[in-house]
Amino acid sequence: MTLRTLLLGATATFALAGTAFAEGHEGERGRDGNVSIIYWQAPSILNPFLSGGTKDIESSSLVLEPLARYDEAGNLVPWLVDEVPTVANGGVSEDLTTITWKISEGLVWSDGTPLTSADVKFTAEYCMHPEGGCAQGAFFDGVETVEAVDDLTVKVTFNQPKPNPYGPFVGGQSPILQAAQFSDCLGARAPECTEANFNPIGTGPFKVVEFKPNDVITFEANENFREEGKPAFQTVTFKGGGDAAAAGRSVLETGEFDYAWNLQLAPDVIASMEAAGKGVAIAGFGPLVERIEMNLTNPSPDLPPETRATVAEPHPFLSDPVVREALSMAIDRELLVEVGYGKAGKPTCDLVPVPDNYAAQNTGCFAQDIAGASAMLDEAGIVDTDGDGIREKDGVPLEILYQTSTNAVRQDFQALIKQWWSEIGVETELRNVSGSVFFGGDPGSPDTFQKFYADVEMYANTFNGTDPQQYLAQYRCGNEPKPSSQWQGENINRFCEEEYDALIDELARTGDIEKRGEIAKKMNNMLTVDSWTIVPLVHRGRVSAHSLDLGGVVLNTWDSELWNVADWYRKKGS
Amino acid sequence: MTEGNESRVTAVTSAMVTEPLTDPVPSAPPRSQWVDVWAQFRHHRGAFAGLIVFMTIILGVFLGPLLYAQDAQYVPTGRDFLRLKDMRPAYMLLWDSGVKAEWAHPLGTDNIGRDTLARLMQGGQVSITVGLAAMLLSLFLGTLIGTMAGYFRKLDGPLMRLTDLFLALPLLPLLLVTVLLFREPLKQAFGPEGGIFVLIVFIVGVTSWMQTARIVRGDVLALKEREFVLAAQSIGTRSGKMVIRHILPNVLSPIMVSATLGIATAIITESALSFLGFGFPPDFPTWGRLLNDAVDRMTLFPERAIFPGVLISLTVLSVNYMGDGLRDALDPRIRGR
Amino acid sequence: MLTYTIRRLVLAIPTLMFISLVIFLLLELAPGDPMAQVPLTVPPEVKERMREALGLGEPLHVRFVKWLYQFFVIEPAVFIDTMFGTDWAEGQQRVISWQTRSPVMEIVVQRLPQTLTVVGLAYLVGVLIALPIGIYSAYKQYSVFDQAGTFISMVGFSVPPFFSGVLVIVIFSVQLGWLPSIYDTTLTVNSWETFWQQVRQMVMPVMVLALQTTAQISRFMRASMLDNLNQDYVRTARAKGLSEATVVLIHVLRNSMIPVITVIALGVPAIFGGAIITEQVFKVNGIGQLLITAIEANDLPMVHTLTFIFAVLIVTFNLIADVLYGVLDPRIRYD
Repeated sequence: MTLRTLLLGATATFALAGTAFAEGHEGERGRDGNVSIIYWQAPSILNPFLSGGTKDIESSSLVLEPLARYDEAGNLVPWLVDEVPTVANGGVSEDLTTITWKISEGLVWSDGTPLTSADVKFTAEYCMHPEGGCAQGAFFDGVETVEAVDDLTVKVTFNQPKPNPYGPFVGGQSPILQAAQFSDCLGARAPECTEANFNPIGTGPFKVVEFKPNDVITFEANENFREEGKPAFQTVTFKGGGDAAAAGRSVLETGEFDYAWNLQLAPDVIASMEAAGKGVAIAGFGPLVERIEMNLTNPSPDLPPETRATVAEPHPFLSDPVVREALSMAIDRELLVEVGYGKAGKPTCDLVPVPDNYAAQNTGCFAQDIAGASAMLDEAGIVDTDGDGIREKDGVPLEILYQTSTNAVRQDFQALIKQWWSEIGVETELRNVSGSVFFGGDPGSPDTFQKFYADVEMYANTFNGTDPQQYLAQYRCGNEPKPSSQWQGENINRFCEEEYDALIDELARTGDIEKRGEIAKKMNNMLTVDSWTIVPLVHRGRVSAHSLDLGGVVLNTWDSELWNVADWYRKKGS
Repeated sequence: MTEGNESRVTAVTSAMVTEPLTDPVPSAPPRSQWVDVWAQFRHHRGAFAGLIVFMTIILGVFLGPLLYAQDAQYVPTGRDFLRLKDMRPAYMLLWDSGVKAEWAHPLGTDNIGRDTLARLMQGGQVSITVGLAAMLLSLFLGTLIGTMAGYFRKLDGPLMRLTDLFLALPLLPLLLVTVLLFREPLKQAFGPEGGIFVLIVFIVGVTSWMQTARIVRGDVLALKEREFVLAAQSIGTRSGKMVIRHILPNVLSPIMVSATLGIATAIITESALSFLGFGFPPDFPTWGRLLNDAVDRMTLFPERAIFPGVLISLTVLSVNYMGDGLRDALDPRIRGR
Repeated sequence: MLTYTIRRLVLAIPTLMFISLVIFLLLELAPGDPMAQVPLTVPPEVKERMREALGLGEPLHVRFVKWLYQFFVIEPAVFIDTMFGTDWAEGQQRVISWQTRSPVMEIVVQRLPQTLTVVGLAYLVGVLIALPIGIYSAYKQYSVFDQAGTFISMVGFSVPPFFSGVLVIVIFSVQLGWLPSIYDTTLTVNSWETFWQQVRQMVMPVMVLALQTTAQISRFMRASMLDNLNQDYVRTARAKGLSEATVVLIHVLRNSMIPVITVIALGVPAIFGGAIITEQVFKVNGIGQLLITAIEANDLPMVHTLTFIFAVLIVTFNLIADVLYGVLDPRIRYD
């Protein structure tokens, strides 16, 4: 829907400006004093190009801004430009190979110097430098050149048609850096620029006063900010560290902080904190899906390391779609949501749950059917032959090692699912792995999610922006982690279908938005409801909390949560 | 021994008075040292109370599951789930009939309906076994290295530098490496749960002996210059005998303190290991894990934290008092008073 | 004793080098990847380029020698530069953290104040409370005071800070609203008001930490005093007509201090190491929190540097303890 409205030329313009004024909170800049924000992961650096961490991207978004970004509904809105370039307004070329951005007039950096196309061009150079190790390199994929046409016009040329040209300079992950400040920090010299990385000059509503890495950041209002009377707060205290429960407590129970990010807590815990009456929890949905991944290859420790969990050794029973479907049928997704996420989760059978254009919206898996699952296994001849209560397939008992990262909600899910699976005659061994090992890509560790030395594993994944093309392309044949690729790769299940690969290529060529949606849905179904290679469980939202007297908060899961911090204000008389 | 001696002395004196040349005949059979120690221990009120509490806990967690047939890992399904989850302890019914509780689950259930009493019993088996075994390993290593370093001058340097090294190693990466190297081989040798048990005891033991070693060494350094040691040396006592008979009994009290503190540390460390994913599987309850899981819901369900917390404290307290009693019983200067 | 001390100091250098090497190899061998906290949406090729930019492509020995040079040559040079305004280290690459891309030592210096004030004060308070409790408990063994002390210290030691910390927060911050639950590291003390604020935010972490220290040290003090109170020399001293205070506080105490000194000396480096869990619970964000976040993010230069400084302190304080043994008990000889 996003892309369609844009490409067909609906001109989304100044929709955003002045919403706060309309509500009558206008006044002079800095009138509301200090606002305090707590992130339980502490920011390490304020340059999002050197760290992919969400904490770093969001904390720097108070200072650094992109040309356009996503609003809370996932629509692209112009930010430092007057309008988002589209084919209809001529900003995107007919052949989809170039996009031309026109920066708004009169924008200045917080040091008073003007924002020009040279800064944008420089940002691309900075991130595309081969030695820089830029964390946001994926946004600049396929970019051939970035030219400054004139002072305020930038033209990006891609090496092939890009149906979705809104990669570079769009969204919180790829904001604009000031050329003057970072000119000496290209490539290998990037880490030497501590001062610039800790104190970037930006166009945003705030500027950095003091940055204590992994601890606290103090910001103050940018006196050169483009909108008069904004931000309402003179200073921001941005504290990091601790855990989600403590962050929630400080906003909802003690009222020490105004805003707490990403409260990954069980719904009853959040509800009990909210009962204290100091703040409210808010939820928003992006494309994040908690899922169980089925290993199509054999992870048995008896196999030699060269072939263990590789396509050379198919899984003895999970390679059978009947087993996978039975396992999915035994799961009560609605109950999982209730136990683990409450209003911040919805049951789902899809890998791509939003946006509407791409979401297949399957609902067939919502109802738990243990009897049905058992019957299906019986029919397929997978029955308990030796009387130990565990079914066998071709003599191999259905014993599953189920791993995930350490997290209270995930461990509850494991216990519940283990019970359900035991009721259809499948024995489960549970294992939890510390997140820093599980999600790390150390090829020497047996416990990473890529290596997948387990039968099934559970985690959550999502995609950037509103286009799932890259996300779906992960499941290409050959893109699986394997010894020859140092266990790097995104096709975690080792899924391999020629038909699917053909669809990946077709999606990359297709520009028509309706057609793209159809292909994406088909691909989604191939991975989920048709084959149960991926068993989606919960479409997860983001829960954050703010104090009752903090106004103007709009939770955005498509971009930085602090995207509209300029509009925040203190409610009077409460 | 005291009693025996006294009677022997009376026998001797009376014999001397009447018939000078008869051999003294002991009126009571000779008693071994350990019988005396036990007698002494029994009269130590604290120690005896500690022993009773400790035995109660042991019996409760090991024999309890035979009487109380609830599966600690069973999660209710279907409609039962909502009915059975988040139950309060049944004794709350005594003063509040509206509370969600049932006598079938005397200590309530957790947020996914697992029975708390069953979990406490199963958890106790693991926590106590791991705590005791790891504490014993750590004490053994610490005492061995401490006495060797303190007694033999040549070993002092190398052993104490080794201690420094172990003190300096960052715990977390050390754990990661140990697990990486030994998890699979141990699993093959002792089976999945046995392997993890050996691994945890090994990890906790190997990373906690250093304090005991330093303390024992310090005491031994001072002891070996005392007169009684010099006296024993001068009559040709061998080193091994010397350490066991003369040195060790005199460093017993700090070792006992280390033991008490060690058991608490081991129980808590075990739970820390399971969060990192090195311990028992996540649905396997241990006291430390139960305590940790209860933290988030502390205000809503305080009992979930209180039960494991009290049990850990009681175990540690009882071990402490038993240690006190044992130390007093083994001290020849106090014994008999 | 002097020659012994000098010999130990000289020996400390190879020991520390060896420790440093072992730590380095341990960190290398440990599974973990600096990319663990990068979102899954970042593709593997990009992660690979980021790893290369961190210098992970270079062989092991090159990185170790590089670290040694940076730590032992460049960092001291930087220190001298800041002290005397020289420019020896100009343009040289310092030990750089992978998380923040900034010099490790600068962050360590930034973190020291809160760690030293909170953890250091807690340790001091803990020791100062523990010694008298231990002495009196032993002197009046099995009195009500002794029994209560035993009970409190054992329960205090059995309840881990991840629980007791949250418990005091729930009581004093949430229910009573007396104390802040989050430590403000930006607070500068420059008036009575800010001093009071500082005191209020330190109460809970200091309390939780001191409880653990007190429990441990008072037990060792008590046990050691009990051992000595029954010795013959005590009877002799009393028989000589020395006052009870002199007997207990001079003779017995001095002879009981060896295990206690050992435990205290072992605890001092831990002050620098910070109290990982307590710092996390109260958001003190000192060295302990720095270390744990660095380990979680697999920031090897940071972890290596911190643990090495830690090792230096351990070696130093164990040496100090050994020297103190000789002072307390002149019969102890090392030569």
